[in-house]
Amino acid sequence: MKNESYDVVVIGGGPAGLAAAISAHDSGAKVLLLEREARLGGILKQCIHDGFGLIRFGEKLSGPEYAERYIDEFHARQIAAVTLTFVTKIEKTGSGFTVHTVSRNGVARYRAAALVLATGCRERTAKQVFIHGTRPAGVFTAGTAQHFTNLLGELPTKRCVILGSGDIGLIMARRLTLEGAEVLGVYEAKPTPSGLTRNLHQCLYDYDIPLYLSHTVTRVFGTDRLESVEISEVDEHMTPIPGTEQRLDCDALILSVGLIPENELAESLGVKLDPKTKGPVCDGQNMTSVDGVFSCGNALHVNDLVDYVSENAAVAGAAAAAYKPQKRKPVEIHISDTLLYMVPQQLDLARNNNKTAVYFRARGDYNNSRLALTVDGKEVFSRRYAFLRPPEMEKLELDFDGMGLTETSDVQFKLEPQTEKG
Amino acid sequence: MTELTCIVCPRSCKLQISADKETLIVTGNACKRGAVFAQNEMTDPRRTLCSTVATVFPEAPVLPVRVSDEIPKAKIFDVMREINRTVVKTRIGRGDVVIKNVLGLGADVIATSDLLKEKAGETS
Ligand SMILES: Cc1cc2nc3c(=O)[nH]c(=O)nc-3n(C[C@H](O)[C@H](O)[C@H](O)COP(=O)(O)OP(=O)(O)OC[C@H]3O[C@@H](n4cnc5c(N)ncnc54)[C@H](O)[C@@H]3O)c2cc1C
Ligand code: SF4
Repeated sequence: MKNESYDVVVIGGGPAGLAAAISAHDSGAKVLLLEREARLGGILKQCIHDGFGLIRFGEKLSGPEYAERYIDEFHARQIAAVTLTFVTKIEKTGSGFTVHTVSRNGVARYRAAALVLATGCRERTAKQVFIHGTRPAGVFTAGTAQHFTNLLGELPTKRCVILGSGDIGLIMARRLTLEGAEVLGVYEAKPTPSGLTRNLHQCLYDYDIPLYLSHTVTRVFGTDRLESVEISEVDEHMTPIPGTEQRLDCDALILSVGLIPENELAESLGVKLDPKTKGPVCDGQNMTSVDGVFSCGNALHVNDLVDYVSENAAVAGAAAAAYKPQKRKPVEIHISDTLLYMVPQQLDLARNNNKTAVYFRARGDYNNSRLALTVDGKEVFSRRYAFLRPPEMEKLELDFDGMGLTETSDVQFKLEPQTEKG
Repeated sequence: MTELTCIVCPRSCKLQISADKETLIVTGNACKRGAVFAQNEMTDPRRTLCSTVATVFPEAPVLPVRVSDEIPKAKIFDVMREINRTVVKTRIGRGDVVIKNVLGLGADVIATSDLLKEKAGETS
């Protein structure tokens, strides 16, 4: 059995894994990338729509174009990569890790001094949304619909209903319409849409696809294949309102009800997860609670812009390459209830934090809000935001080293919505 | 007055457009691109179009494509018909032209992936 040794092993060959591997290599590390699929590129292989790379390349690229630019960079450096290889288990051994894999050639083991987990995210499925009725074929996620349409060239529906207004659902509403399917509507249980505003416009309104807020699917009908669904209006507690039921004939119910970071491997290593992001708790170098284990991309938190994924993954890759066991000096970052989450969740004061990227989302739609950072009650930074919405992630770059932090500092980010308007 | 949402970047500014005789007055845009978008949207709305085109290669049945330049919104389904009528028979790559000057609109349909080349080179 193979038992090769590397400075950094990157798990996942999507945009995060690619950028992390390139950056670790450029920092002088011997790197190996492991990917379970046949081709590198991750989820972007099937995201054929455009809108990627506006920040990174100043161009509107399609998903494959964006990914392949990184794949070209990756191959130009002759970084080792093994595809069609599934990481099944990781063990902490000595000062490093042993990564176990399975592929068509059998099982293998790789030694790593540091790990970058770039395993992406998965979609919430029918099991996680409660719908009454039979379990006919024809209920699948928007990502599955995207896989069928864009990679296999098979239209998975002729007439469908989309549940949830996440971006993938909006993008698939347009895609299926372009290919001749009838999209009866996008139904969202919440009173506000989950997707980006521009996607509502360019994917739904451009094609006259209706969006119904405060509506959900309450039943599915059909024996082998889905035949119809029952839609109901919901109240403010998202409970269906009796008497509002309406039945629609369709052959597919497409779910776009959210994404969850994929962290089975991280959890098996004892990595602490943040209940807010569902990804690992990280410091400014993207190191998790387990020394030598780094996280980035959609495994860390669900991103809406791939440009930030690449940027943040490069930080993780460089930090993994530079990793040496050393005592940490952690300080927690606390956030107010008006923030949905913030990454990183802590800082390691034993490292440089003079150009630390901070990513956050607001909990609600806020006009003219103010974000303030206080250390031991004293305000050290603030910024105004004209418009914040939960689907749109914000990024800040801060110099924490100039703030005189110690391990016992009380570091608080507070978002104050609607401060004196006008 | 007309209201539009700018779709040029994720910021999604809400634009107000009022006409003063011949010229349009745009407000609400956080940058210049918003004004240009509003101007075009009122006179000649254009969109980009991304899709897939069939290939003869069984291991990669479809190849992703897009238009090289924005096309009139009203022509989207006409261009889709042209794309769905086309079959790629050679192992073309990213940036290669699939349909030249589609429907005379001044934009090409181009491949957006090296998928077919990758597959050809794969050994394992
Ligand atoms: C449908 C959709 C539409 C999007 N639209 C846009 C857009 O318009 N503009 C934009 O900028 N961004 C968009 N995004 C966001 C962007 O695509 C993602 O943020 C980005 O792809 C995340 O990259 P990643 O590398 O973290 O994850 P992924 O791309 O998911 O890559 C993770 C990789 O890890 C591999 N992996 C997982 N577990 C294992 C294991 N155990 N062993 C080996 N390999 C493993 C997977 O096979 C996969 O290749 C979209 C995302 C989705 C899902
Ligand atoms: S006006 Fe400028 S900033 Fe606003 S959405 Fe359009 S391009 Fe973006």
